[in-house]
Amino acid sequence: MFPYEPLENFEGTRGHLVFDPSKCTSCMMCMKRCPSQAITVQRAEKIWTLDRFRCVMCGNCVDVCKFDVLSMEREYAKSATPAERSVEIYEITYVKPERPKKETAE
Amino acid sequence: MTGRQTIIPFGPQHPVLPEPIHLDLVVEDEHVVSAIPSIGYVHRGLESLVDRREYQDFVFLAERICGICSFTHSSTFCQGIEGMMGIQVPSRATYLRTMWGEYSRIHSHLLWLGLFADSLGFESLFYQAWKIRESILDELEATTGGRVIQGVCKVGGVRRDVSNSFLSEMDDRLDEIEDEMKDLTNVFLNDYTLTKRLIGKGVLSKEDAYYLGAAGPTARGSGLELDARSTGYLAYGDIGFKPVVEKGGDGYARCAVRCRELFQSVEIIRRVITDMPDGEFFTAVKGNPDGEYFSRSEQPRGEVIHYLKGNGTKNLAQFRVRTPTLTNIPPLVSILAGCELADVPQIVLTIDPCIGCMER
Repeated sequence: MFPYEPLENFEGTRGHLVFDPSKCTSCMMCMKRCPSQAITVQRAEKIWTLDRFRCVMCGNCVDVCKFDVLSMEREYAKSATPAERSVEIYEITYVKPERPKKETAE
Repeated sequence: MTGRQTIIPFGPQHPVLPEPIHLDLVVEDEHVVSAIPSIGYVHRGLESLVDRREYQDFVFLAERICGICSFTHSSTFCQGIEGMMGIQVPSRATYLRTMWGEYSRIHSHLLWLGLFADSLGFESLFYQAWKIRESILDELEATTGGRVIQGVCKVGGVRRDVSNSFLSEMDDRLDEIEDEMKDLTNVFLNDYTLTKRLIGKGVLSKEDAYYLGAAGPTARGSGLELDARSTGYLAYGDIGFKPVVEKGGDGYARCAVRCRELFQSVEIIRRVITDMPDGEFFTAVKGNPDGEYFSRSEQPRGEVIHYLKGNGTKNLAQFRVRTPTLTNIPPLVSILAGCELADVPQIVLTIDPCIGCMER
C-alpha cells in the first residue's frame, strides 16, 4: 500500500482563527477591518460571531486587535457541506477591572 | 479552398482551459480561418469595492484578483499607494518583496508548464512540473503563511520578516530545485514529439507583436525586448536586469522564454539573498492618499498597470487594473487565423491566459 502520512505544514502558516473571550473589550475594530465581513460584534448583548466560511485567513484582525484576543493557529480550517455551515457564536466574558477612584484635589 | 465555413465554439468550459474564455472558431475543413473572442465570464466587480474598504484593507482584496499572480497584484498596489503618499519603504522590505515576487514567478511558470504539457496530452510531465511547484509552495508557506495567496504585503513594507539563517537555508534548497528544473526543461525543449508539435506553429512576427500590443513572454518570444523589470523598481535597479528574448515567434520560442526565465529567477533570488540588507521591514503609515498614481510592474504574464486615484479620504476614489492577458488577446486572434484545428488548444495556452485577472 502507498505509505500514508498526514501533511505537515509550517509554524507560521495561517490556518484558522482562534478567539479568546476573556480578553475582548468589544472595541469592534476587528469587525470594521475584516475585508470579507466575516466577524460581527454585538456590544450590548456581549456576543462575538465568526463565519468560518467567509473568513479568508488574512490575519488583518490579528494585526489590528490591540488586546491580543485573536491569534492564528496552524491547522487548516475544516470543510463542511452547505447544510452544516453555520456561524460560530462566542459569549464575551471579559469583565473590566475596577480601578481605585482618584482623589480630586479640592 | 472553397469549403463551407462552420463555426465551432471553443470554451468557456474546455478541459484544456484553466479559466473560462469563449472563442468562436470559423473553420473550413479543419483549417481555422478566424477566431472571434467573447470575454466576461468571471467579471466580479472587484474594482468597485474600493469605495467600501479602507485603502489599507484593500490590499487583501487586490491579492485575490487572481490566484496565480496574486503576489504581484498586492505588491503593485502597495507600490502605488506608497508612491502616491510619498512613503519611503525600507530596503529590506523591497528586497523581501523582490524575493517573494521571483518565487511567485517560478511557481507561475511551473504551473504553466504543467498545463501546457497537459494540453499536448503529456500528463505525466504535467505531474512532474507540479511536483516541483510543491517545493516552491512550501518555501512560500514557510516564510509568508500562505501557499497560493501570500498575504504578506502591506502599505509601508511587509508584514513578516525572514531570519537570515532561514534565508541561507532557502539558498541551499534552491540548488536541488534548480537541478530538478533542469531535467524538466530538458524534456520540454529537446523531446522529439514536443519539438515536432511546437516548432513552426502559431507564429507571431515581431512587427505584429509590437503593433498588436503583445506583452510579457508572448512579446519576448517574438524578439521584442519588453520587460517592466528593466525600469528598476523594487530591488531590480540595484541588481541589474536584462530580459530573456527568443527570436522564433512560434509556440516553441514562447515555451523557451518561460523555461529560461525559471533559471533567471533562481539567479535573481540567489543575488537578493546574498545582498539582503539589514534593518526594519516596515514603516508606519499616517494620513490618507490624495492624487493619482500609475504603478507598473512585471507579472509572470507581462506588464501589469494599477491606476489609483485618491481624494483625501480613507477610501480610494478609483482603482483600475490593466492586466497583460487583455492586451495579449489581439495577438492570439491573429495567431489563430491560419492554424489547424488540432493545434488550437496549445496555441491558446501559449499566451498564458489568466482570465481571472483579465476581468476582475
